[in-house]
Amino acid sequence: MSTLLWVIVPYVVLAIFIVGHVWRYRYDKFGWTTRSSQLYEDRLLRWASPLFHFGILFVFLGHVMGLVIPKNWTDAIGMSEELYHFLAISVGGIAGFCTLVGLTLLIYRRRTTGPVFRATTRMDKAMYAALALVILLGLWNTVAGGVLNLGGHYNYRTGVSEWWRSIFYFQPKPDLMAQAPLGFQLHAMTAMALFAMWPFTRLVHVFSVPLFYLWRPYVVYRSRSDRLGSRNQPRGWDRVDTPRR
Amino acid sequence: MRVMAQMAMVMNLDKCIGCHTCSVTCKQAWTNRSGTEYVWFNNVETRPGQGYPRTYQDQDTWQGGWTLTKRGRLKLKAGGRLKNLATIFASPKMPSMSDYYEPWTYDYESLTTAPAQGHTPVARPKSLLSGKDMNISWSANWDDNLAGSTEIVPGDPVLAKVSSKVKLEFEQTFMFYLPRICEHCLNPACAASCPSGAIYKREEDGIVLVDQDTCRGWRKCVTGCPYKKVYFNHRTGKAEKCTFCFPRIEVGLPTVCAETCVGRLRYIGLVLYDADRVLAAASVQDEKDLLRAQRDCFLDPHDSAVIRAAEEAGIAHDWVLAAQRSPIWKLINDFEVALPLHPEYRTMPMVWYIPPLSPVVDVVAETGEDAEDEGNLFAAIDTLRIPVEYLAELFTAGDPVPVTGVLRRLAAMRSYMREINMGREPQESIASAVGMTGAEIQAMYRLLALAKYDERYVIPPTHAEQAHGLEELATECSLDYDGGPGMVDSGPFGEGSGSQTPLAVENFAALQRRQTSDFGTDPSDKAARVNLLNWDGNGSPSGLFPRRRSEDRADEADRS
Ligand code: HEM
Ligand code: SF4
Ligand code: SF4
Repeated sequence: MSTLLWVIVPYVVLAIFIVGHVWRYRYDKFGWTTRSSQLYEDRLLRWASPLFHFGILFVFLGHVMGLVIPKNWTDAIGMSEELYHFLAISVGGIAGFCTLVGLTLLIYRRRTTGPVFRATTRMDKAMYAALALVILLGLWNTVAGGVLNLGGHYNYRTGVSEWWRSIFYFQPKPDLMAQAPLGFQLHAMTAMALFAMWPFTRLVHVFSVPLFYLWRPYVVYRSRSDRLGSRNQPRGWDRVDTPRR
Repeated sequence: MRVMAQMAMVMNLDKCIGCHTCSVTCKQAWTNRSGTEYVWFNNVETRPGQGYPRTYQDQDTWQGGWTLTKRGRLKLKAGGRLKNLATIFASPKMPSMSDYYEPWTYDYESLTTAPAQGHTPVARPKSLLSGKDMNISWSANWDDNLAGSTEIVPGDPVLAKVSSKVKLEFEQTFMFYLPRICEHCLNPACAASCPSGAIYKREEDGIVLVDQDTCRGWRKCVTGCPYKKVYFNHRTGKAEKCTFCFPRIEVGLPTVCAETCVGRLRYIGLVLYDADRVLAAASVQDEKDLLRAQRDCFLDPHDSAVIRAAEEAGIAHDWVLAAQRSPIWKLINDFEVALPLHPEYRTMPMVWYIPPLSPVVDVVAETGEDAEDEGNLFAAIDTLRIPVEYLAELFTAGDPVPVTGVLRRLAAMRSYMREINMGREPQESIASAVGMTGAEIQAMYRLLALAKYDERYVIPPTHAEQAHGLEELATECSLDYDGGPGMVDSGPFGEGSGSQTPLAVENFAALQRRQTSDFGTDPSDKAARVNLLNWDGNGSPSGLFPRRRSEDRADEADRS
């Protein structure tokens, strides 16, 4: 059972995530967009979207801290357990709270603004459900485990995190997860569901963060001749040509 | 010197009758799709008026275009690169649907399905966004012909810049139409604001396009463009804009708006410019110098040094010849009657305008004086501050001198040609009063008033040997694209997902045949849609009108 949940499923999700993105990018560049709904409504969006996004970016950074960086690294730079804990709970809690408020506003807006709701696809709805669930469970873990201390102390940095990294070393340690509290197990499971649908939702926009903008020249010039029409050359129809060197 | 070629347009505003044919044919060809209902790549607005989208010219509000930093460097008015990225999650200065207008249709079905009743059934307007009944309260040309002017005209941002005394007199004065398309700027602010780099300027002819496969829907270009000529397709989540009808231009045909213009007032041709001078020209300190700075970027295609440099830059010889015959070059440089729209936005726009003399002529005619007499017209141009100041706010960043100069030349042409038409001696003094010769005036008259088709449009086709580089070429079977005939409208990820369908399924040869044949042909793969993109003005495109009964009978006779 724990092998299935914490070894097989993660690898399947990982495969879907990677192959899915590659496939989507090749098949559907035209559909690769944020599908912004600002044109329909911008009073709520103006608050909700930045709140959600800045929140989730901090949450992401928090996960990098917690999952990717092993405990003995932070120990090595002399960061005490208390300091780490304090940071994780305060910054994580605030960011998580902003994310949740932002997401609630976004979902409320999506449901109540006629044109926005009409432009919502079935995939969007599934994605919102998964996203909301993951965020709620994550926030619950922070609040319940970190602040209220329900069910005793659990240090995820020696549990969940090591399991997470073990997946990428290809030496999975499912037992660590099997022993984790239910809240963490559910958070991880819903997150895996979210990652599995990720390539097929609008969330792909996350991978086109346009940081390159900061360096490129303002005006882009392109020559007609670097592309062969708006279609790819069908196979078997290559032009007669001398090989280019 | 780095020579580049730019396909440009000039519109002669005196001849625009505000019929909106250009807008309608453009819409039929390009934006007749779900998601672009509210989009008019070409729109015609009545001036004074608020324009489309509403008050787009008020850059204090909309923050479009460029501005200068304290140190005199060019910067996007909406903010630098970091600010642009920081505000990506909700663009702070984007017009909302109500600034364009909420698109609608009518519930036509109720007309035919209504039961017998005392009152005539009505087709109610239905919003195309929410599907609900709606009250129509604004549109792309709601204030056409100054409709509702007492309420709407005071909101005109251009009028607000003209002094208050002028505003008062203004109500009784004048009105004209301003057709607008994307300016295909030399220094496009839309491209500069695009975080993904999806908006690009074509090296060959300067046409500014959005790469639909690279656009990620950050919708920053909408804010960037001061003319608000990039639109967000709310179904596909991608930006779209005027394409200068590049599939037509590539084979030597004028754009759809120009081809169908009733007033025959649009001119299309090449100008050569020095790309190295553009940045400096766009950053001159005084806004009033921008017109001259932009003119100085253009290169004389008759100059042998320019010709040599053009050839070194890979511009084909027949393109240089076309640049020499270009009506744009003549109107901007030889006759000096064309002016750019809002040079103060510093994007170096490339659709220029000949300001209208008719408001002045009308005033003179109303007084009962001779409106063809150059003395009367010159005096009126000098005393009628209102139209001149207004036009100056539109075309010269508020400097009345160039506008007056153009209007005087147009007035002189009127008087000079009147003498000839009346069979009198042509008066060189009229011509010299505006710094021209009689021959020049006659040449200008030929271009402006007679406006022959092949002098209005000097469009060198793209080269056959580059044919494979044509963006819209179909050297393969025209039905051989993803989805095949009758493309699927909607992929699994929402509207328009899946790989791209080519814009035009015509190939080079077919277009050329069509261009020279006597028959209007249409592609029959789009059952209910009339394709005006390929229509050359010969005959009527089939499908636009129902078949005549006599034709049906002839068909029947054939069959039996
Ligand atoms: C730095 C990276 C990101 C950028 C630049 C970005 C940008 C955007 C933009 C421009 C929109 C469209 C807003 C609108 O006008 O309607 C959007 C929507 C959205 N983004 Fe992001 N995003 C980023 C990261 C993320 C992440 C990490 C997530 C979640 C895991 C996310 C989830 C969403 C969702 C759910 C929406 C839809 C909001 C709605 O309209 O209801 N984004 N994003
Ligand atoms: S007018 Fe056209 S080229 Fe110029 S900034 Fe606007 S969209 Fe870009
Ligand atoms: S078709 Fe020509 S005359 Fe008619 S509105 Fe357009 S530009 Fe003016």
